[in-house]
Amino acid sequence: MASTFAHIMSGRKAMVALAGLSAGTLATSYLMRDSSSTAALEKMKLYPPSADFPDLRKHNNCMASALTPAIYTKLRDKLTPNGWSLDECIQTGVDNPGHPFIKTVGMVAGDEESYEVFADLFDPVIKDRHNGYDPRHMKHPTDLDSSKITSGLFDDRYVLSSRVRTGRSIRGLSLPPACSRAERREVEHVVVQALSGLKDDLAGRYYSLSEMTEKEQQSLIDDHFLFDKPVSPLLTCAGMARDWPDARGIWHNNEKTFLIWVNEEDHTRVISMEKGGNMKRVFERFCRGLKEVERLIQERGWEFMWNERLGYILTCPSNLGTGLRAGVHVRLPLLSKDPRFSKILNNLRLQKRGTGGVDTAAVGDIYDISNNDRLGKSEVELVQLVIDGVNYLIDCEKKLEKGQEIKVPPPIAQFKK
Amino acid sequence: MPFGNTHNNFKLNYSLDDEFPDLSKHNNHMAKALTKEIYAKLRDKQTPTGYTLDDVIQTGVDNPGHPFIMTVGCVAGDEESYEVFKDLFDPVISDRHNGYKPTDKHKTDLNFENLKGGDDLDSNYVLSSRVRTGRSIKGYSLPPHNSRGERRAIEKLSIEALNSLDGEFKGKYYPLKDMTEKEQEQLIADHFLFDKPVSPLLLAAGMARDWPDARGISHNNDKTFLVWVNEEDHLRVISMQKGGNMREVFRRFCVGLQKIEEIFKKHNHGFMWNEHLGFILTCPSNLGTGLRGGVHVKLPKLSTHPKFEEILTRLRLQKRGTGGVDTASVGGVFDISNADRLGSSEVEQVQLVVDGVKLMIDMEKKLEKGESIDNMIPSQK
Repeated sequence: MASTFAHIMSGRKAMVALAGLSAGTLATSYLMRDSSSTAALEKMKLYPPSADFPDLRKHNNCMASALTPAIYTKLRDKLTPNGWSLDECIQTGVDNPGHPFIKTVGMVAGDEESYEVFADLFDPVIKDRHNGYDPRHMKHPTDLDSSKITSGLFDDRYVLSSRVRTGRSIRGLSLPPACSRAERREVEHVVVQALSGLKDDLAGRYYSLSEMTEKEQQSLIDDHFLFDKPVSPLLTCAGMARDWPDARGIWHNNEKTFLIWVNEEDHTRVISMEKGGNMKRVFERFCRGLKEVERLIQERGWEFMWNERLGYILTCPSNLGTGLRAGVHVRLPLLSKDPRFSKILNNLRLQKRGTGGVDTAAVGDIYDISNNDRLGKSEVELVQLVIDGVNYLIDCEKKLEKGQEIKVPPPIAQFKK
Repeated sequence: MPFGNTHNNFKLNYSLDDEFPDLSKHNNHMAKALTKEIYAKLRDKQTPTGYTLDDVIQTGVDNPGHPFIMTVGCVAGDEESYEVFKDLFDPVISDRHNGYKPTDKHKTDLNFENLKGGDDLDSNYVLSSRVRTGRSIKGYSLPPHNSRGERRAIEKLSIEALNSLDGEFKGKYYPLKDMTEKEQEQLIADHFLFDKPVSPLLLAAGMARDWPDARGISHNNDKTFLVWVNEEDHLRVISMQKGGNMREVFRRFCVGLQKIEEIFKKHNHGFMWNEHLGFILTCPSNLGTGLRGGVHVKLPKLSTHPKFEEILTRLRLQKRGTGGVDTASVGGVFDISNADRLGSSEVEQVQLVVDGVKLMIDMEKKLEKGESIDNMIPSQK
């Protein structure tokens, strides 16, 4: 049924309409088979879901914790309107058993409808990953009004740089694990066209990965802007590196404070940053830039994937909601050696990383401190939480410098009731 | 992916130009053969199990290749792939297999008695002898495409076949996922254990999915007959031993293969084979016999002779380091094997190895005595 539907409608307006409908009205799951595919039907009979159920006994990821034979049986033969299947969602989690200490997510979405069609598996995974957030009964708040931020200027003697990043997906086009070359090129085209409309402090340039000159490449590497073909098996097993470097690229404004990655792990990754501690300005530029880009794509009939249950839709369930990581590189030589450091961070709902990014160690007492949460709190709430938290950490550091006592703050509540 | 491929139908909403891959920086057989016309003709096709053109070529799109080494750049997802996507596979096969034509017939000969000699390669030079091939089980999709259920069914059939072997072939099957530490160490020490593929050529084709589910190794008690299950092909069959008795290695190879085939046939799942392409395997480079027969041989003087490469080419042989393909030789020891797979039989290919290695050892001996080998240079075989 849906395949004829897709054929009748064509073009981006159709894709937007079809996708927008999927949120509840149109039957959200399809058991679609080509009429010529009797071989496929034969195979389904020969291999019932129990024959295909993955061996997850040695696995430790959110998908493996949530997937039961009953869920697999219910969902194995379903497809999203674009033809994406459950097996394709979970392949990365089957191929990467995980780490005893670090719990990875273990599944990805191939398109917006994946979160609907395979909700029986995505919902418990989302709940596990996002501290009990229940997509069936809760709503996610979106708030990009940067004027609400207070005390967003850090002491430069401690904070070396400030950064906010998120991702955005273009509604109607498949996500990186599933997209065809044409879809990926369409994402590039839509985004680059919109970005070319940015003005003033946001005006900038696009560098396509397959066409950049050696000189441009070196410059982007020196600025720490260039991204590489993914090597992590978490990503390559999900099919996100297919056809590299076709339709991948980097855009940045002339001032190098607003940067967009095209077709890396998501359709777009949007980054606002600058040296020093003016997080308020970084967030202001972030919100303004995002809203401008959204306006520019809407002019041409496109929009971002978003709904009120899950917020902004991205490839990995860990990035749902705001998809936002706001953080600083901050010097905390004394506090970082205090045995209460981890507990303080925990209660402030912050995480630490080395300055090379996730999985790296701190160098010279400089830490990357950012928010833990993505879903269930708005952008403004999360950035304020980072600001208040980092201010608290700096305050502790100053106290320790003077030999004064510091306190572990009470834990911050997770979801507003 | 295992079942029908409606995602492919969705792609047909986009134009040919929008979907056609950018192969401007590519150097592999697929990139050379694929034209927009062929892509247009085949893009809406799928095999009965749902394998599509984009599936076939993905590995070649993702791996542009090397300026010096020409990779194949495409794989089959099932037996029918070679038919449905003939317009692409035929030129690739022709390019890879010395002009093999779509109308050519391939001869299969696993009669080890037809091999002449081969039992007396000088063990002072030949350290070990080995013959390997692959086999695909009819009725199942190939490693790039099969589902977990199918792969497990292949393993189950293979275990039954292997466990029923007796005499010199009697042995044991070690499934990768249930192996003990002790068993693992022993298999590594014997150089039998295979790892999860790391080559992007294989990963991009989806052959490592669900690792290590339904993968395993079987070997006989003498450790001279080894079978890999569900690695790059359904089955890889290896016969080997120390020293230069290639004839014995080949005998064991042929007998073992035929015994295994009988058991699969009993279950109506014989090996994939046809008279044009011979044995059907995942990579087009292994069609025909899928056979690589070779020796580890000491040729320190001959290998530095200016005509070494030419001699190998004329003998229809290739050299590799003793670590396998893409490795360098160590201490003048080379892995010398047949270059061809399709268009000549198993007996013919092993004969080339036997005769060629014999000649090269004679050349080595001459060079040791300080004599010239100019009058021994062979004509093109």
